[in-house]
Amino acid sequence: MSSFSVTEPSNRTKWFAGTLVILYALITMIPLVWIALTGFKSPADAISYPPKYIIGGESEAGFEPTLEGYVNLFTTRTRQTQEFLHANPPENWADEIVRQYDMVIVGPSKFGQRFLNSVIIGFGSTFLSVFLGTLAAYAFSRFKIPLADDLLFFILSTRMMPPIAVAIPIFLMYRQLGLSDTHLGMILLYTGVNISLAVWLLKSFIDGIPTEYEEAALIDGYTRFQAFYKVVLPQAATGIASTAIFCLIFAWNEYAFAVLLTTANAQTAPPFIPTIIGVGGLDWPAIAAGVTIFLLPVMIFTILLRKHLLRGITFGAVRK
Amino acid sequence: MSDRTIDRVAAATPALVAHKIKGLSDRAIAWIFVAPTIFLLLAINIFPLIWTIRLSFTNYKANRINREPEWIGLRNYERILTDSDIWLNMQATAHFLIWTIFFQVLIGFALAWFINKKFRGNDLWTTIIVLPMMLSPAVVGNFWKFLYQPQIGLFNYIIAFFSGKEPSSFEMLGQVNLAPWSIVIVDTWMWTPFVMLICLAGLRSIPDYIYEAAEVDRASKLRQFFTITVPMVLPFLMLAVLFRGIENFKMFDLVVQLTGGGPGSTTELTSINLKREAFEKWRTGYASAYAIILFVTVFGLASIYVKALNKVKER
Repeated sequence: MSSFSVTEPSNRTKWFAGTLVILYALITMIPLVWIALTGFKSPADAISYPPKYIIGGESEAGFEPTLEGYVNLFTTRTRQTQEFLHANPPENWADEIVRQYDMVIVGPSKFGQRFLNSVIIGFGSTFLSVFLGTLAAYAFSRFKIPLADDLLFFILSTRMMPPIAVAIPIFLMYRQLGLSDTHLGMILLYTGVNISLAVWLLKSFIDGIPTEYEEAALIDGYTRFQAFYKVVLPQAATGIASTAIFCLIFAWNEYAFAVLLTTANAQTAPPFIPTIIGVGGLDWPAIAAGVTIFLLPVMIFTILLRKHLLRGITFGAVRK
Repeated sequence: MSDRTIDRVAAATPALVAHKIKGLSDRAIAWIFVAPTIFLLLAINIFPLIWTIRLSFTNYKANRINREPEWIGLRNYERILTDSDIWLNMQATAHFLIWTIFFQVLIGFALAWFINKKFRGNDLWTTIIVLPMMLSPAVVGNFWKFLYQPQIGLFNYIIAFFSGKEPSSFEMLGQVNLAPWSIVIVDTWMWTPFVMLICLAGLRSIPDYIYEAAEVDRASKLRQFFTITVPMVLPFLMLAVLFRGIENFKMFDLVVQLTGGGPGSTTELTSINLKREAFEKWRTGYASAYAIILFVTVFGLASIYVKALNKVKER
């Protein structure tokens, strides 16, 4: 730039600011990198002192990477006698890893199923929140509805209830309706929690679409309904997508309701991961592996969709 | 049938108008669109709230279905407000709330300020900084518990490395004086990015010409900071504090996974205490009254705060 601008920071300022921010970012990443590394350690390496942080076995701080944590995460194992182990050679690479502890794999663990529950409940409630939220947001945006002005207040006030406080009556209600520990119950609950925010976010997106398009469509002979899904929906696609991300992240991360209202059938991953027990206490490499698998989708999502996401956070907050 | 007037009218109506009549009226569409949402809000938000209020006047216990609950009036409220243990939980919550907000505002604003210097690659680094707040708080609490382990944990190792202490000489989660800080550290790690993003939105909302005018008037950089930047970012910052305040007042998942309220009850925040009463001791009526008290407290504090916020905005 050749023109002088007083608001453009000098190169030295930029360099200084950049260094500090990058330093903070690197420090903030240490716990996440550490967990990812721990997932590839053997139980002994995971709890060694001083900590081992170099991949590769040569130096004192080095560890030999292994898939033990992941194998333990996905399987259940039992200890066997030497005779049995000699009589039955390992069937595959995973079995071979387990053999060094005189164990054999007897079946899959519950992790896969819990993870699947997270996926079903997460996507189910996201779909429902966005579907219902878009309809309601359109109505709030285009028609005069008495409740519209209270919506904002409503969102804020529902966010003030501690989740445990909401869980008490929901627990009783679900027990009566037979919705305890079901996928449907959790999907409805997460939708109920998410929907006020979804309507609010979507309404502000739909408010931004000029009404002239729909009016033109109506004159061309479209019904109101056709105008909605042929004209408004495609234009609101970005808003719908970023609202969906928020709903999905909430449902994916939720713990309090999940731990209180589900036990086996519909339990999601967050209440399950901390309970992974190995031989002689918590199996840290397996827990770290579970944490990594569980957090990775959200991190990838965040990085790929950063523009919508970051905009959504500030937008949702600042508009209130 | 075809001689009915209505059919003859329909046949005579031009296609365009017929189409419109066949489509529902705007009013009907509005209600069809809104009804499911209203129903869900009533079922999942309003109805439970009313039920909680009702339960709070009884001695109902959810694990004894057959026992008929008695109406005991305000006795639950009386018992809670005169219980000294609950004030300890409130104190723990206040400590957590005040210090997390203090650190998050301080670090969050500083980061936003530096990112706003628009150095090369600032988008990428912003995204990396934001990662922790996207993660599941319970899972975060769980793996930080690993980092805090006294002999083997990375946190102790790093602190020991820089301070020269023995890494096994202190236990972040096991010592009464350190445990309240351990939860403050993790919450700050996780939620500073949120405050940062809101501050960044505030900083970016300040138009350049204000600084240009100040430059023409030869105002010093320091003066520009205090007379332009701070007042213009303040409403955003206060909003971030409001959200963090509400969230941390009802904090449950992160802390329950990290410390479980211990050691003793030093980190037993009100939500954790509430969970014990409701789902471990099964004092449903008592816990309902507790929940209502918490709700009214947050609601009251937030209302006062929002009034103050609106005053700042008007200025």
